[in-house]
Amino acid sequence: MLNQLTISELNAKLAKREISAREVTQSCLDQIARVDGKIHAFISHDDKDALAQAAAADKGISSGATHAQKPLLGIPIAIKDVLAVKNQPLNCGSKILGKFISPYDATVIEKLKAAGAIVFGRLNMDEFAMGSSTENSAFGVTRNPWDTTRIPGGSSGGSAAAVAADECIASLGTDTGGSIRQPAALCGCVGLKPTYGRVSRYGLVAFASSLDQIGPFTKNISDAAMLLGVLSGVDPRDSTSVPQPVPNYVAALDGKIKRLKIGLPKEYMIGGLDAEVKAAVDAAVKKFTELGAEIVEISLPHTDYAVATYYIIATAEASANLARFDGIRYGLRVDGNDPAELYGKTRGAGFGNEVKRRIILGTYVLSSGYYDAYYLRAQKVRTLIRNDFLQAFEKVDAIVTPTSPTAAFKIGEKSDDPLQMYLSDIFTISCNLAGICGISIPCGFTKSPKLPIGLQLLGRPFGEETILRLAHAYEQNTPWHKEKPPLAV
Amino acid sequence: MAAAEIDIKYVAHLARISLSPDEEKKLGAQLGGILGYIEKLKELDVTNVEPTAHAVPMVNVTRADEIRPSLPHDEAMRNAPRQANGLFIVPKIVE
Repeated sequence: MLNQLTISELNAKLAKREISAREVTQSCLDQIARVDGKIHAFISHDDKDALAQAAAADKGISSGATHAQKPLLGIPIAIKDVLAVKNQPLNCGSKILGKFISPYDATVIEKLKAAGAIVFGRLNMDEFAMGSSTENSAFGVTRNPWDTTRIPGGSSGGSAAAVAADECIASLGTDTGGSIRQPAALCGCVGLKPTYGRVSRYGLVAFASSLDQIGPFTKNISDAAMLLGVLSGVDPRDSTSVPQPVPNYVAALDGKIKRLKIGLPKEYMIGGLDAEVKAAVDAAVKKFTELGAEIVEISLPHTDYAVATYYIIATAEASANLARFDGIRYGLRVDGNDPAELYGKTRGAGFGNEVKRRIILGTYVLSSGYYDAYYLRAQKVRTLIRNDFLQAFEKVDAIVTPTSPTAAFKIGEKSDDPLQMYLSDIFTISCNLAGICGISIPCGFTKSPKLPIGLQLLGRPFGEETILRLAHAYEQNTPWHKEKPPLAV
Repeated sequence: MAAAEIDIKYVAHLARISLSPDEEKKLGAQLGGILGYIEKLKELDVTNVEPTAHAVPMVNVTRADEIRPSLPHDEAMRNAPRQANGLFIVPKIVE
C-alpha cells in the first residue's frame, strides 16, 4: 500500500510514473477512513482540496517537473492544528478560535507547497500545545496506534499517530518542551526538533516564543533530513530566524560515525526511568560503540532544575502570547457589559483547564513582587542549564538519552495530576531551554503490551547534520523503524 | 520550603479569565502544588549569573522599510466575531 511508503520510495515511483500523486493521496485518505475512527489523529481533513492538489502535482509531473526542482512533488504531508494554512481551519485544539479560517500560509507551509507537497489535514494536539498526552484537546483525545487505551504523547500527538498509522507520509509538529520528540518516541516514528532559529515560525500560533520550534515527523531518518532542508532558512518575517546557511542534510547521511564522541549524561539515569526503556537505551549505546562511535560519560549538573525552570519561563511567555485571545478580533466571543467582562467571560469559556492553569501560573510569576523571585531567577537558571550543554559539547559531538522515562501511559492516568504530567518531560525540556537540536528515533519495544521506545540524540546549536548522521547509522543497523502498529496494516 | 500563597481570584482577574468557584478551588490547589515544586530553584546560587531570554540571541534585526503586499481589509476582518462597516464592534468603553 502506497501510504506505507517513505518519501524517497514514493519519489522514485512517482518519477518513473509507476504511480500518481492522486493514488498516493487516495491511499492516505483511505487509511484515514479505515483507522482514524480508532485513533482520532485528525481534527478534520479536506479531501477535495487534497485531491485537487494531487491532480496539480500529477499535471506538473506529466509536464516535466522533477523532484530535483520540487523534492516533495506529490507527497501528502499533514499539519498540526497550530500552523496557518490558507483557507483552512486553525483551532490549536481549542474552542476559543471558534470558526477561524487562516487568511494566509505560514512560511513552512509556503515552503512545503513550493516543494510540491500536498498539504492537508488538521492534526489533533493538546490545546495551544500545552500538554504531553493530547488529552487536552477540545476536539477529543487522540489514541496511540500501538494500543488505543494509551496516549500518543503530546502535544503533537496527532502528528505522531498519523505518521505511525500511515495516514500520511510525513507531518509537521511543534516542540516547546518535547512536543515533537516525546510523541514520536511513544508512537514509534522519527521526530526532529531543529535548533532554535533554524526554521521560521511565521504563521505558527505562539505558545512560548523563546522555546517554540517547528519540525518534521517521518518514517525514517532520510525523510527527516530531506524535510528539514525544505523547512529551514532565514525568513524576514521571523526576526528570530537565524541567517545560517542550510546544508544538504541528506548528504550528511554517509554512515561515517567512527570516532564521533557521544556523551552519556549520568544525571539522566534517574529513579523513574522504566527498566525496559533503560535496557533499550543501554543496548542502543552498545550498538553505537559497535558502529565505531566513542561513548563518553558526561555531566549536566543542572538537569534536576530543568522542569521547574521550564514551567516558569514557558507559562510566563504563554500568559503574554495568549493575551491576544480576547474575543474582540477573531474567534469565540462571550458578550459582557464592558470589555473587561467580555474578555473574562470569553477566556473563561474558551480555554480548557490546562491552558487556564498555565496562563494563571505565568501571570503569577510575572506579577508585581514575584517577578525577581520566579521569572528572573528562572532565566538565570536557564543560563546554567545552557552552559551545562555548551560545556558538554566541547567534549562530545552529540548526547544520547532516553526520549521519555516510560513508554506510552494509559489515557487518564496522569490527567488529574499536572505535576506528574510535567515531570514526564524531564529528558526533553532542557533541549528547548538550551536552544539546541534534538531527534527521537525508535530504539526498541516493551514486551507486553508491545509499545515503542524512543532514543533521543541531542546536538550542538545548528548541529543537525551530526545527530542525523548518527541516527541514520543506527537506523541502518537496527530493525525498529520497519515495525508497524497492527491496526495500521 | 513553603510555597508562596497564590491569591487565585486576584491572579485570574489579572489574566482576564473568569473562573467558577469550583475551578478556583481546584486550580488554586494544583497551582499551590506546582509552586511548591518550583521552589527548588531557590536551592541554587545565581549570584552573578546573567539571565537568558533567548538561547540564540539576535539583536537589532531589521529589514528594509519598504511597502509590501499585506492582507486586504476584508480578509483581515473575516474572522471577527462582530463587525460592521469594516470595523470591530465592541462594548461601550466610555460613558
